[in-house]
Amino acid sequence: MNSLTAYPSQNTSNEPTRGGETIKDSQIWDNGTRTNNLNSIVYAIVENKRGVLHRVSTMFRAKGFNIMSIAIGGTIDPELARMTIVPSGDEASLNLLVKQLRKMIDVIEVGTMTRDKSIPRELALFKFEAPNSETMKRTFEYLSNSAGAKEVASTSRSFVLELCSTPEEIDSFIAKTSKLAELKEVVRTGVIALQRDDP
Amino acid sequence: MPKKKWLGENSNGDVSFTVVTLSGSRSLVVQLEREGTKVIFGMPGGANLPIYDELGHSNIIRSILVRHEQLAAHMADGFARVSRKPGVCMATSGPGATNLVTGIATAYMDSIPMVAITGQVASTAIGRDAFQECDIVGVATPVTKYAFQPMKSSEIPLVVRKAFYIASSGRPGPVLIDIPKDVQTSEAETEFPSSIKIRGYEPVIRPSEEEIRRAVELVLCAERPMILAGGGVAISGAFAELQALSEMLMIPVATTFKGKGVFNETHPLALGPIGMHGHIEANKLILEADVLLAVGTRFSDRSTGKVSEFAKDSKVIHIDIDPSEINKNKEVDLGIVGDIKVALQMMVEEVKTRARNHDLKSWNKHFTEVKEYCKNKFAKDMTKMSAVSLLKTLREHLPSETIVTTEVGQCQMWASLHFDVIEPGTFLSSTGLGTMGFGFPAAIGAKVAAPDRPVLDIAGDGSFNMTEAGLATAVLDNIPVIVVVINNGMLGMVAQWQRLFYGRRYNGVKLYNLPDFVKLAEAYRAQGLRAQSLEEFSKALKLGLKSDVATVIDVPISPEEDVFPFVVPGTALKDMIIA
Repeated sequence: MNSLTAYPSQNTSNEPTRGGETIKDSQIWDNGTRTNNLNSIVYAIVENKRGVLHRVSTMFRAKGFNIMSIAIGGTIDPELARMTIVPSGDEASLNLLVKQLRKMIDVIEVGTMTRDKSIPRELALFKFEAPNSETMKRTFEYLSNSAGAKEVASTSRSFVLELCSTPEEIDSFIAKTSKLAELKEVVRTGVIALQRDDP
Repeated sequence: MPKKKWLGENSNGDVSFTVVTLSGSRSLVVQLEREGTKVIFGMPGGANLPIYDELGHSNIIRSILVRHEQLAAHMADGFARVSRKPGVCMATSGPGATNLVTGIATAYMDSIPMVAITGQVASTAIGRDAFQECDIVGVATPVTKYAFQPMKSSEIPLVVRKAFYIASSGRPGPVLIDIPKDVQTSEAETEFPSSIKIRGYEPVIRPSEEEIRRAVELVLCAERPMILAGGGVAISGAFAELQALSEMLMIPVATTFKGKGVFNETHPLALGPIGMHGHIEANKLILEADVLLAVGTRFSDRSTGKVSEFAKDSKVIHIDIDPSEINKNKEVDLGIVGDIKVALQMMVEEVKTRARNHDLKSWNKHFTEVKEYCKNKFAKDMTKMSAVSLLKTLREHLPSETIVTTEVGQCQMWASLHFDVIEPGTFLSSTGLGTMGFGFPAAIGAKVAAPDRPVLDIAGDGSFNMTEAGLATAVLDNIPVIVVVINNGMLGMVAQWQRLFYGRRYNGVKLYNLPDFVKLAEAYRAQGLRAQSLEEFSKALKLGLKSDVATVIDVPISPEEDVFPFVVPGTALKDMIIA
């Protein structure tokens, strides 16, 4: 597993690519998840019931907020769910987003996490075509192992990897491996994150 | 399931039963009664028949029939603005529900407490595009504070309790309850709530004392302080507190248009509304203030003009009950969250303990001079019939406790400029959404809430046309309101913009004085009068005030009278066009 202490990764030299072409940030955001240029991830503890996601997403649209990703799942309390939101936009719009979320009746708690004080993770599944040559295959395996990706299914024609890491590491993994084997599909969960406790 | 006996409540309002077996519609009506509902404005249809059947058995709730659901929502809105309690409106599923939406959105934009109850197709039919099915919860979500859809009849009392609580607390707003028909009819053991707590919803009422102290300090240090009072003052009923603070410190009070009339406009310290069609003196003087105390306002674009130019050299203190309003439209120096009435009370108490740092004599002299200058310089001819002379005459003849509503457009802006509100809280207008057709049904709702006061709608012909079917309700339910139609045969404000910005190319604005409003009123068995001169208008108004039936006074005016001053959208208040 790679070290995550360097989050957010600033390795601009490793521009993500798809099929050998450099991908613009906006394209990545269209197709997958990356973090924003803000220093924050927003979380919201919400009532775990019908219609809450609709209300939250309607508010985002109505107020003109854009987000990079939203991930929702259960919590220890079955009546509550936790949303992790990676907003786009500037600091002022982040503040307004937090206030609007806080105002919602189904939202119990809202907080922001700074990057250096949080542990962000994203799960990705990749379906690759089998590499053409043995050298490429070995390089691919080396990259996968060093990134911490795990093979979860394979046939003679294709194989599926899973990788749980920071969004930047996942971007970087796509950039490197897609030169070696054709990436047919990718699924990403969006970012989830926990606050790091003070030592 | 055997029906358990209904035991009712004791004199303290405590429920003397815990669980009874009731149908959903019965428990809805019972809980509405427990919430203090005395009147429901609405229209029955296929999907709310069980509710209407139960309403027919209620001795407490008066059911007022409308001829279009939009009117029901506006009536509930007008009722709420006057009674300061949630107004209740009702409609059937599908088109009934969607017809309510304009009224719900109007209430949402103006933060008016309202509970809208809609019937829905049976829960088993939801999602199947059944007859008169509409996802009204989806439609209404962006324009309500909350939308409920109880799926079990036993949930209804708690949902109703929550709806009233949410609608009327914090920053008020409309709440929708959408009830599938089978939920209305099915019987269940039902518990009635005594108190509720919603964990994600705890409005801040009492502001921080430290912040109030800082606000008072800023105001006391000011050489040219000014108060900008918004609709929040009316919502929290802080009229006396506002006046006390203003008078103690001799600070002039300008208002937003939503705040029009929260401060007696004939008071020497009153400047009237600022904004696109604000009073000249208010627009001039607010830019001279060094400290601006803005209470219960959202700094709407119609009030501020180009917001980056608004109060850019003043220190701005902003008090609002909604935390998301602070720094939303206008970056402020001090934002305070809390109820306006409580906040102003705290400020008044704090001021009592302090000495003022500056003498405001020269500022007082200055704004009095500016007021006087504007009054004389821009005085209008009061002998000829015009919108201006009409409204001045109206003010002379109306008792000060009269509740005045307006439609939207020129009539509304003329009312803002030329009709001084004397008693705080007696001026109702759709200021946020700007809904044409609001004024007449809102007047009906207001009259239901305050039957002993005269209620009058300052209307234009275009707006009145939109909800004139309210005449049927006004006549049949004995709600004698007065409508003054300032009739220029035009969609006047649109025509004014076409004159100013589109080279006088009139398109789609001529109404050709159709219908004949006198005959229209008579067709509904209301009193229809026409006034061609100011004397005739005075006479007609007297007849209207005495009448026990609704009165429509049609007043033809020039088709091309403009509203001035005018701050062109996107420009600053200082660039106001005077004439």
